[in-house]
Amino acid sequence: MEDLETVKFQPVIFADYSPGEAIRKAVGISRQDVLFELKESKIKGRGGAGFPTATKWMLTAAAKADKKYVVCNADEGEPGTFKDRFLLLEHPELVFDGMVVGGITVGAQKGFVYLRAEYEYMLKSLEDYLQQMKKDNLLGENILQSKYNFDIEIRLGSGAYVCGEETALIESLEGHRGEARNRPPYPVNTGFMGFPTTVNNVETFAAVSHIITKGGEWFRNYGTDKSTGIKLFSVSGDCEKPGVYELPWGTTISEILDLAGASNTKAVQVGGASGYCYPKTQFDRKLAYEDAGTGGSIMIFNESRSMLKILKNFMEFFVEESCGQCTPCRIGNAKLLDGIEKLEKGEYTFKYINQLIDLGRSMQVASKCGLGQTSPNSFISILENFREEIFAKSSGGRNVN
Amino acid sequence: MDVLEKNSITEEITGLIEQFGRDRSSLLPVLQGVQRKHQHISDFAQQEIARLLDIHPVEVYSVISFYSFLHSKPKGRNTIRLCKTIICDLLGKNEIEEALERELGIKFGETTNDKNITLEYANCLGMCDQGPALIVNERVYTKVTPQKVIEILNGIN
Ligand SMILES: Cc1cc2nc3c(=O)[nH]c(=O)nc-3n(C[C@H](O)[C@H](O)[C@H](O)COP(=O)(O)O)c2cc1C
Ligand code: SF4
Ligand code: FES
Repeated sequence: MEDLETVKFQPVIFADYSPGEAIRKAVGISRQDVLFELKESKIKGRGGAGFPTATKWMLTAAAKADKKYVVCNADEGEPGTFKDRFLLLEHPELVFDGMVVGGITVGAQKGFVYLRAEYEYMLKSLEDYLQQMKKDNLLGENILQSKYNFDIEIRLGSGAYVCGEETALIESLEGHRGEARNRPPYPVNTGFMGFPTTVNNVETFAAVSHIITKGGEWFRNYGTDKSTGIKLFSVSGDCEKPGVYELPWGTTISEILDLAGASNTKAVQVGGASGYCYPKTQFDRKLAYEDAGTGGSIMIFNESRSMLKILKNFMEFFVEESCGQCTPCRIGNAKLLDGIEKLEKGEYTFKYINQLIDLGRSMQVASKCGLGQTSPNSFISILENFREEIFAKSSGGRNVN
Repeated sequence: MDVLEKNSITEEITGLIEQFGRDRSSLLPVLQGVQRKHQHISDFAQQEIARLLDIHPVEVYSVISFYSFLHSKPKGRNTIRLCKTIICDLLGKNEIEEALERELGIKFGETTNDKNITLEYANCLGMCDQGPALIVNERVYTKVTPQKVIEILNGIN
């Protein structure tokens, strides 16, 4: 693996930070103070769903139970996402310190990192780092002579995208198939082994470390009103400078394209395979929870690329990764893929295509978990936004179905 | 499998369970431990894991079958997983695929006759900024070219 050459430094996630700083701060103030700063920062989860972190931690803190857990979601399986890899390799101190602050705040004594199997190559260095934290009394019993105990264990995944969904992740940690649970109950009440559990993305923990040391207000100064702070974007595809970019929320798609040195761009897929595909006419859209929301995957496609081929690749992914528990997702994704194959051959009617789009819309509401609820997004947005290309290519409207 | 071999597998599993705890939630780490050493989890190993964790063998099998990185059938001593997701595809995955199949004389999904190497696909490896990407066992290779494939294969003994 080569070093990243292209990270853009905005002084937030990459601001000055000395290892252990956030923990030192957290042991000296009350839980309420930590929650206050989080609330002030208005930070929302960086894993994609965008749930306010302060609320999640407050709910876990308020739940009454003998044990509680903190889980760092390092499953990073969304196609086109690699910013968590970067954080874990380059800034483990931010991630682990954030987890310890989480443990102190919600009252948990144990944390898990659920690391995707594909990232096993970083396991050793991460474990070494944890050992060092123990030696420095930043982890273990009576952290920095305080009353707090907290330990972190790294668990590996085994190659299943759906395990990034927080309830499937918990099932997997418990030693089961990674099948999503019905929600409610939510993990903040009934999580790992039935105990209150807060699950957060790698980047969320990293941001928390800075928020605790520099204050919620400092963080809130970046970004937009509804999407505060800085976000790491994973930029890949047809551009000169793919890499991890640190940019404020509210940055437009075209601004990212300029920074990344993209030219002749036809389409930008925001949010990975489960996100939306934007055509040129929408490159002024803002990356923000209130506009084009995302966990940070930005995939760039130039004029030479076939949208149908891209879409097929995404749908094959979902057919493979659906856990098969519920019908809308298990059958629905296979039907959408069928539809793409028919489009490739030009064997379709517009009536049939419209039925598929309707099917996609019912999957969005009827599927049990986020996988099936979001897998039709690329299908619908590509068919809607690139109609001309897709229907000009295939002979179109032949009455075979 | 002879008695000695069986005993050593039982011993190994007992060790893993001691390490991770005699609890259902240790199942994945235990399975991963067995697979790391044997590249698959045999019927006998599954039964032993079930017995020692006090769960039904069907449960163990059901978990193995869910995860794409766990196998119940023997595989090569080394597994190469090539990313087939869209960005690596655009960056030249097909060339890498051809080079691997040509050099090893097998197709994806197959294992070489000497049981040394299995070829598999993977979904996005989180290396899209440096594709095409592949993983050999747990080591990751980026910006792979057909020439680099030869070096990578030479490095696998
Ligand atoms: C199919 C699927 C895959 C997901 N994968 C991830 C992932 O790899 N990493 C992640 O942090 N969140 C992932 N999520 C979102 C999690 O369910 C959860 O919302 C998140 O970990 C919460 O952390 P946050 O609030 O800090 O964002 C996934 C969701 C779904 C539906
Ligand atoms: S939506 Fe898909 S992944 Fe989620 S529970 Fe249903 S079948 Fe499984
Ligand atoms: S698409 Fe191949 S590593 Fe992401």
